[in-house]
Amino acid sequence: MSVPDGLSRRQMLLKVSLLFNGVVGVVLGIPIVRYLFSPVTRGQRAGYESWISLGPIDQFPPGETRLATYRNPVAEGSDGETAEVPCWVRHTDGEKFQVFAINCAHLGCPVRWFPQSGLFMCPCHGGAYYADGARASGPPERGLFEYPFKIVDGNLRIQAGEMPTPGPSAKLYNITTTTGRQPCA
Amino acid sequence: MRLILKIGNWFDQRLQLGAPIRETMEHPIPRDSASWYYVFGSAAMTVFGLQLATGILLALIYVPSAGEAWNSLQILNHQISLGWFIRALHGWGSNFMLAIVLIHMVQVFLFGAYKFPRELTWILGVLLLLMTLGMAFTGQVLRFDQDAYWGLGIGASICSRVPFLGAPLVKLMLGGPIIAGHTLSRFFALHVFVIPGSLLLFIGLHVLLVLKLGINEWPMPGRLVRRSDYLEKYHAMTRTDGVPFMPYGVWKDVVFSGLILLCIAACALYFGPFGPSGQPDPRIIQTAPRPDFFFLWLYALLSLLPPSMETPVLLIGPVIALIVLLALPFFSGEGEKSWKRRPIAVLTILLVAVGLGTFTNLASHAPWSPVMDAGTGAPIPPKFVNGRTPLEVQGALVFQSKQCHNCHSVGDNGGKRGPDLKEVAVRLTSDQLVRQVLQGGGNMPAYGKNLNPAETAALVAFLETLHPSSQAPAKDASQSSAMQ
Repeated sequence: MSVPDGLSRRQMLLKVSLLFNGVVGVVLGIPIVRYLFSPVTRGQRAGYESWISLGPIDQFPPGETRLATYRNPVAEGSDGETAEVPCWVRHTDGEKFQVFAINCAHLGCPVRWFPQSGLFMCPCHGGAYYADGARASGPPERGLFEYPFKIVDGNLRIQAGEMPTPGPSAKLYNITTTTGRQPCA
Repeated sequence: MRLILKIGNWFDQRLQLGAPIRETMEHPIPRDSASWYYVFGSAAMTVFGLQLATGILLALIYVPSAGEAWNSLQILNHQISLGWFIRALHGWGSNFMLAIVLIHMVQVFLFGAYKFPRELTWILGVLLLLMTLGMAFTGQVLRFDQDAYWGLGIGASICSRVPFLGAPLVKLMLGGPIIAGHTLSRFFALHVFVIPGSLLLFIGLHVLLVLKLGINEWPMPGRLVRRSDYLEKYHAMTRTDGVPFMPYGVWKDVVFSGLILLCIAACALYFGPFGPSGQPDPRIIQTAPRPDFFFLWLYALLSLLPPSMETPVLLIGPVIALIVLLALPFFSGEGEKSWKRRPIAVLTILLVAVGLGTFTNLASHAPWSPVMDAGTGAPIPPKFVNGRTPLEVQGALVFQSKQCHNCHSVGDNGGKRGPDLKEVAVRLTSDQLVRQVLQGGGNMPAYGKNLNPAETAALVAFLETLHPSSQAPAKDASQSSAMQ
């Protein structure tokens, strides 16, 4: 017994119309997904990082570690003060510098420099680092994040633009994990 | 009165909602279920209503822009009349909502209400809990202050540890390479559109299931749930010994909800709004970010886990917890409902409660955080200086100036990161003290590079004096016998 003609025709039409809407959905979906993923794709194409000046090197006397700030290279109008990023500049001597991210290598809280004891300390979970950024104690698994730097016309420049995080993206900040002396455990 | 009736009838003729609503409100429920233990779900829903209302009121003033949000909160607090009260209601409403949702969940778990045929109700409830936690976290971000800013940094750092997807996840979460304008905008979209929309939908389904399947009966020890005959027995119970939901159950729900609203208003009035703390300016690094109350346990966990275990626990722990919660009604869908005969269920609740309570309590002291300003301006207690030799006094100065106090207390208000040094001379000989100071160890940094020999000698001389008068300082036995 065959199905009456009209019914199967209607079912067929329904299926075609659903398929049609599926195609429309995909056509609309692709731009939506691309829009949503723009923070990721934009970084891959042009890159968020660029060389930023921290000012003339004589602001950073040899043997001292000082706080410097820069405006993030991809800042927007709505960012306000959040686009002003601090970092620690350590001038050992001559043209030898180390520029550390403010973010603790544990979970990103702002580390503070204590010149008397020569330690960076984190207020959140108690991480501590030596003057050269090496891990001293606490929960961090590695030393502080270090920005690549160069000196151009007497200005200290660093390559920055992304918040450093302890995961795989930390590779961007080609940091030797621990350069300093390890405490005897 | 007759006019109102007439208007009502006019609408009902068209909407035809009167009869189904009346039927729903008067559906029979088990007599014992019209109980004060069954009021938490409706109270959670009432508080959600309060959050919707106060949230809309706050959105009239709040500016979701990284450069403006903090200022608009100040305006709400200080310039708009009663703006502070609406903020306080929203903040306290959030705390009460989470607390009530948790109590509701514990009650449902202990009363076995997740068993057949209410598995899906439980699963929706677990998702509702996740959304409520999501609202609490995103809400904390919208209070865009220093805690919010650095809290986002912690969230991003956790995301970044996901294998392979870490880096793109961080950018998706932050809406860009750093915590900035786009970050706040997307958390605003989540907090105001995405999560509340899903909450409304899921609350609707959750309540629909409660009405369709009937409220859980009071669990009697020994009355076992079996898939074969549960529904039959339940309906027989509501037929023979049921009472109409309205008014038997409803009046308790209404009273309790009103009471909770009153408590929220009282807390808002008495304690006021939460924050905001300092401006979200990353250049202000003199800050000690802390999460809100319901995430304090996580803060403690992050500080106390050994470094090597942290990433696995952070990434796998929540997945396991979620799977256990979602799978619960499937591996324990039948059998005993009463907590009186489910000792493991009761112990689980106690264990989780004691665990979370302990972590939360620890986090309110945060003994793992160095006290950043300890000893910088405070005078050295006279007892550590009186009657001491110049070398020992010099050592006390070194102790103060080298931030030893940040991690060590000496029977006073220093840090708790390292041990209290009040009686350290009893535990360590002077040689051991020198070694510990110079080389560090345990969880202590090495100070070899930052102390010259004279400072070390003075510091150890001072530490040697830290022992009770009744107890001599520790001595190296081998050394004293060699001297003789």
